[in-house]
Amino acid sequence: MVIPSSLKNGLRLFYVLKISAAGFKCTANRGLILQSVSSDVYQNLAVEDWIHDNMNLENRQVLFLWRNSPTVVIGRHQNPWQECNLKIMRKKNIKLARRRSGGGTVYHDLGNINFTFFTPKKKYERMENLKLVVKALKGLRPQLDVHATDRYDLLLDGNFKISGTAAKLGRTVAYHHCTLLCSADRFLLSSVLKSPYKGIKSNATPSMPALVKNLFEEDPTLTYEMVMDAVAAEYARCHQIDHHITLINPADETVFPGINNKTKELQTWEWIYGKTPKFSITTCFNMVYEQSLLEVKVDIHVKHGRIEVCNIDLPEQWLPPAMCNELEKNLIGSKFCPSETTALASALLRICPQNYELHSKWSLLCENVMTLM
Amino acid sequence: MSIFDKSAFKFNHQHRLFRTSAISNGQIVQFKLSDIGEGITEVTVKEWYVKEGDSVSQFDSICEVQSDKASVTITSRYDGIIRKLHYNLDEIAFVGKPLVDIETDALKDVASEEDVVETPAVSHEEHTHQEIKGHKTLATPAVRRLAMENNIKLSEVVGTGKDNRILKEDILNYLAKQTGAILPPSPKPEIIPPLPKSETAPAAPKDKGTKIPIPISKPIVFAGKDKTEAVTGFHKAMVKTMTAALKIPHFGYCDEIDLTQLVQLREELKPLAQVRGVKLSFMPFFIKAASLGLMHYPILNASVDENCQNITYKASHNIGVAMDTEQGLIVPNVKNVQVCSVFEIAFELNRLLTLGSAGQLGTNDLTGGTFTLSNIGTIGGTYAKPVILPPEVAIGALGKIQVLPRFNGNGEVFKAQIMNVSWSADHRIIDGATMARFSNLWKSYLESPASMLLDLK
Repeated sequence: MVIPSSLKNGLRLFYVLKISAAGFKCTANRGLILQSVSSDVYQNLAVEDWIHDNMNLENRQVLFLWRNSPTVVIGRHQNPWQECNLKIMRKKNIKLARRRSGGGTVYHDLGNINFTFFTPKKKYERMENLKLVVKALKGLRPQLDVHATDRYDLLLDGNFKISGTAAKLGRTVAYHHCTLLCSADRFLLSSVLKSPYKGIKSNATPSMPALVKNLFEEDPTLTYEMVMDAVAAEYARCHQIDHHITLINPADETVFPGINNKTKELQTWEWIYGKTPKFSITTCFNMVYEQSLLEVKVDIHVKHGRIEVCNIDLPEQWLPPAMCNELEKNLIGSKFCPSETTALASALLRICPQNYELHSKWSLLCENVMTLM
Repeated sequence: MSIFDKSAFKFNHQHRLFRTSAISNGQIVQFKLSDIGEGITEVTVKEWYVKEGDSVSQFDSICEVQSDKASVTITSRYDGIIRKLHYNLDEIAFVGKPLVDIETDALKDVASEEDVVETPAVSHEEHTHQEIKGHKTLATPAVRRLAMENNIKLSEVVGTGKDNRILKEDILNYLAKQTGAILPPSPKPEIIPPLPKSETAPAAPKDKGTKIPIPISKPIVFAGKDKTEAVTGFHKAMVKTMTAALKIPHFGYCDEIDLTQLVQLREELKPLAQVRGVKLSFMPFFIKAASLGLMHYPILNASVDENCQNITYKASHNIGVAMDTEQGLIVPNVKNVQVCSVFEIAFELNRLLTLGSAGQLGTNDLTGGTFTLSNIGTIGGTYAKPVILPPEVAIGALGKIQVLPRFNGNGEVFKAQIMNVSWSADHRIIDGATMARFSNLWKSYLESPASMLLDLK
């Protein structure tokens, strides 16, 4: 099938993606290099989903290049409370996303490049992909000391992690993606990836903290454009395809039918927080009320992001037991989320006895319980 | 292709590899964890998508396993019922060992590792029929192969051929509908069908940019199901609040306010507020006017105890503003309006709105309210019947501002900016006259904003 050159780019790409393996002359047949024009993490993750679910990769492989505005991305089976500082993220408007691949937590900003290598499941080979990236980097700067470890990390100067890896395998398609720190905000990275929450017991996949460094710090003349281009060129060379990067818009339904639904799904609370494996928080904290120090013990179990069990131990008679019970009972089934808890606690105050002392104690208690979220 | 007589073929087709008994009790098959690649031998089971007793179809997701930073979705090779899960969450599963037991009928729909097609012996007959979930489905071997290669279950395709036979076009239409025709047809020559006309149309330049119309020959079936879920969290608290609220005997009082002058005033003041970094809406005026009114009718800013035995006149005018957020209806309040200027109220309102949309309002902002205004008019509507929020005793709902014809003092028709207000009050302690007088006072401040200047503290 010959593509008329008069077709618009979008429609052209649509057909390129559609075309069967046999009988087509263009090298898009054997491989494709795509680059996203969006820096929205949910849109970009949706592109990965879409390619995984819809493209026929029988005889073709795809490289996808993307960057995101400040976001923390956790792995499929991780616990965000365990992995990052949600409070700082809320204050600084840093997004939280959960990807479908496994692995640990990473911080993305526009100084970080993401590479996704799509292959048929049988050709899933992460080390080959990492060697390709290393080769591209060394091609740019031969004196760069970069190598891949057996944990599929890339280390700079033997010590500093500049790339982490994760992968997703489906029935017929697999993808391996990795990050690459070029000029990311390292200080924000380390503060945001340190969890302030204590007392969490969970079987979620933990992350391995590592010392990181930016390529830019090693060589200020290296820009992310150069790096992206070098990796694309190396990929093109390896797969014997044109070194042509196709820009894609992840919001374009004509090229990616159904993608906006995938983007929406990735943004739902049920996916981001609700997919956290069951965990419990057992901890205690101190509250100051009118010059006395009070110790509060808390035991909360969270499943699917919602509170399943809630026990709050207060000093005897500080708050009428009925009120404390009311709070515990209403928290059960509620999302483990500060805004939901605030709304809930405030609504409940309306039907409590109207007493300034009771109200201020209740508010104090709720504010403290919310710091656990 | 060997030749079989009809009866032998039928027998062979239905009992390809296994002996199946007559009807319901299928064979229990142990579905083993297949090879994941990279020489991996064990994985951790992270999430089950099915439980014992669930029925699954071929290619449905069964579970999610993880190995060394790779998350793998394991899909079913059979149609059937899950009879046993061999692992619990977080246990290690082994490649090559059983993962689940599936009870399945005759294994005609088995997908092998390489998605192998039927044996040639079967394709001798021109029409093969198939028991799929109790329905016979007619389709040629070529069509069945096309379906297999594109992960389609024949039972889901509507056949448009003779006797409801499934044709190649039916498979392609089904495909096109599912994924916008992303999966290409198989390259083998005997299977490449002529593309349905609708798909070739966009190739012509004159159809540049138009969406491809896909003919649907399926009868319209409504597959919706009722969904029941528990009322939890904030909604549960609302149930309690509203139940308590409706124990209060409400009475309503409505009126119409001519905001023509206020609209003009706001236009003048908007840029001034903008310079100070604040967005000025009508609400700050409504709120301040309400506070001025409450000074004359403090019973509207009061609270009664549970048995209505004591009434507390609140000193602070903490006026709540109903806000529609992701959680639902929340009511943050502006504290001490009685000592705030209109600008200060606007500033505070901006702060509450910003925090509200980010889901970051604190308990202090959401509690302590004494009187509430609900600007439902921003969404729409004119009159309303608002529900009092305990422990308050009154609430006002503001409709949308409409441009309507009215008569002025000279009997001439002019364009007026009209807004309706609907008050509800606790009839145990507030009577109609009090509510009416408060409303009139509030109305007069808003209809001639200059009069507010006289009483501003």
